[in-house]
Amino acid sequence: MHLNRFFRSALVAGFAAMASLSAAAQDITGAGATFPFPIYAKWADAYKKETGIGLNYQSIGSGAGVKQILARTVVFGATDAPLQAEQLAKEGLVQWPQVMGALVAIVNIDGIKQGEMTFDGQTLADIYLGKIKTWNDPAIVKLNPNLKLPAAPIAVVRRSDGSGTTFVWTNYLSEVSEEWKSKVGSGTAVEWPVGVGARGNEGVAGNVAQTRNSIGYVEFAYAKQSNLTYTLLTNRTGQVLRPNRETFQAAAANAEWSKAPGYRLILTNQAGEKSWPITAATFILMHKKPQDPVAARRALDFFAWAFEKGDAMADELDFVPMPDSVVKLIKQTWANEIQVK
Amino acid sequence: MDQPSKGAGVSGADVSDIAIEANAAAKAPVADRAQALKQFALSDKTFYWLTRASAICVLLLLGGIILSLIVGAWPAIQHFGLSFLTTQRWAPQLEPAPILGGLGPIYGTFVSSLIAMLIAVPVGLGIAIFLTELCPMWLRRPFGVAIELLAGIPSIIYGMWGFFVLAPFLADHVQPWIIAATSGIPVLGSIFGGPPSYLSLFNASVVLAIMILPFITAISRDVFMTVPPVLKESAYGLGCTTWEVVRNVVIPYTRVGVIGGVMLALGRALGETMAVTFIIGNSFRIQDSIFSPGTTISAAIASEFAESGGLHQSALFLLGLLLFVLTFFVLAAARLMLMRLERAKGA
Repeated sequence: MHLNRFFRSALVAGFAAMASLSAAAQDITGAGATFPFPIYAKWADAYKKETGIGLNYQSIGSGAGVKQILARTVVFGATDAPLQAEQLAKEGLVQWPQVMGALVAIVNIDGIKQGEMTFDGQTLADIYLGKIKTWNDPAIVKLNPNLKLPAAPIAVVRRSDGSGTTFVWTNYLSEVSEEWKSKVGSGTAVEWPVGVGARGNEGVAGNVAQTRNSIGYVEFAYAKQSNLTYTLLTNRTGQVLRPNRETFQAAAANAEWSKAPGYRLILTNQAGEKSWPITAATFILMHKKPQDPVAARRALDFFAWAFEKGDAMADELDFVPMPDSVVKLIKQTWANEIQVK
Repeated sequence: MDQPSKGAGVSGADVSDIAIEANAAAKAPVADRAQALKQFALSDKTFYWLTRASAICVLLLLGGIILSLIVGAWPAIQHFGLSFLTTQRWAPQLEPAPILGGLGPIYGTFVSSLIAMLIAVPVGLGIAIFLTELCPMWLRRPFGVAIELLAGIPSIIYGMWGFFVLAPFLADHVQPWIIAATSGIPVLGSIFGGPPSYLSLFNASVVLAIMILPFITAISRDVFMTVPPVLKESAYGLGCTTWEVVRNVVIPYTRVGVIGGVMLALGRALGETMAVTFIIGNSFRIQDSIFSPGTTISAAIASEFAESGGLHQSALFLLGLLLFVLTFFVLAAARLMLMRLERAKGA
């Protein structure tokens, strides 16, 4: 009797598992960047409710995402650091920007509140180079004449794990400082002159929160949700800007996407009075000749849906939707280059 | 399941007869004894080969892991050669070829393990001695269990606790005190040089010490128990104090076993990843002060592997290979010592 019941329930469980497996076969598989994970997850949730097709996205990091798409274990890869046009051609990949985000510097200094402090690129680079060592350094005081800054040493915090966030941050520092460019350069993991490394956005945020007189960098979405003390930035036109949707979109609007092969544009230090200087798009990679054209079709449907209906959700999470003109270009690229069924 | 009733009833038959009948009853009765015995031989042999294959599987796996580490590390070995062991720079972003040296993580691995051992060995032995010699009987079990539970806590928990609780405590209360006490003294002053830091080699070492404490305690306690009571009682009978008994009877008798336990703990300390990655600060630069951030081999691999490629990834493989070899020798030494103790006990 008992055995019988056991077998029956096992059988039911087995069928249920198979049913969910066959449902999972419908799912779109993707892997890569951790930075856009919150918005991809949100889109996926809404898309599943609307169409019944789910998204299985593994946020394992940009580099790993590139490896996975090259190995064809997923239908699309996602990366914060865009690939070069030559590499795209060689591997038969198509690349496009899906959504944008921005980085901010966060600080922990007694008495200084969110959005009170101002930096410019050169000063940030010098702090991360270890050239500016204390908070009352003339360069910082000059930018913040009204703040009372302590004579304490600056505790520099950075990411320890290789990440797209670090790529964008170091790319910006390379743009604004010749010395940073020649001594360190940009990459998902670099040879940091100073500072302690913490894991992930939450590690950097946690460390800055714990350590007095510290500075770090995180994605704006993360800083806003966790209510961190983010700072203002001076852009290349000398305007002091507040990080918000308006300044992020200004950076994207000023970019010339149509002239960039593979949409390879990093939106740091863009021209334009209102352009937030550390803005970046995050990219999707797909094969021109996918092994499973039906699955590729499903993935493109999802991304098209996200471009059309995902803007409000992106806003909610402080991501920045791609401008309509760019979306048009991207759809043209899909039609021309990706063979789907 | 259904044992034959007639097989059990045979009288005067020897054991093999009973066995043959017991086995054959379900099938057609087997008349030929030799044939039945052959069947046993076959099943014996099958069993032998099955178990042997399992054992060989483990060896093959081990060999496979080493081989794949070597294959993964090969480009880095060719490119950097022995200079990998002496280079301190870790610059994966450089074009066209990165400059990568393992000295920072290797140094960090040794120093963090060394500091952890310096803290954990005396404390662990102290606890073991207390548990076996001094602790009132009713307290021994709960105390021992509590120590063993420490070993069961997942390392990520130690990492979180270290990051949010222990590291701030050490940086705010312990480090300033040590820095003040040692400032001005030539060598110590720079080893314990300030400013205090939340993420540092020292803080990671303290967490490591707590993590390996139960290993040292549990093994030492077990080997202390092997000391024949006669020896201890004779010593007490001669008027020895507890300290003298421990110093002159217990420790010499169990020395090899204790060292084996310590080596096992060292093996864990060398390879510990998650907790260390949280707290050590992940800086590849070697600095004088142990209050400044550092990194270990395993922390470096855990941090950078996902986003690495090409030579960078190969260099991480090479670091992994070095750690593998290192821990292999440490654990082999530990096993050897424990084996010797077993043999001495048997003799």
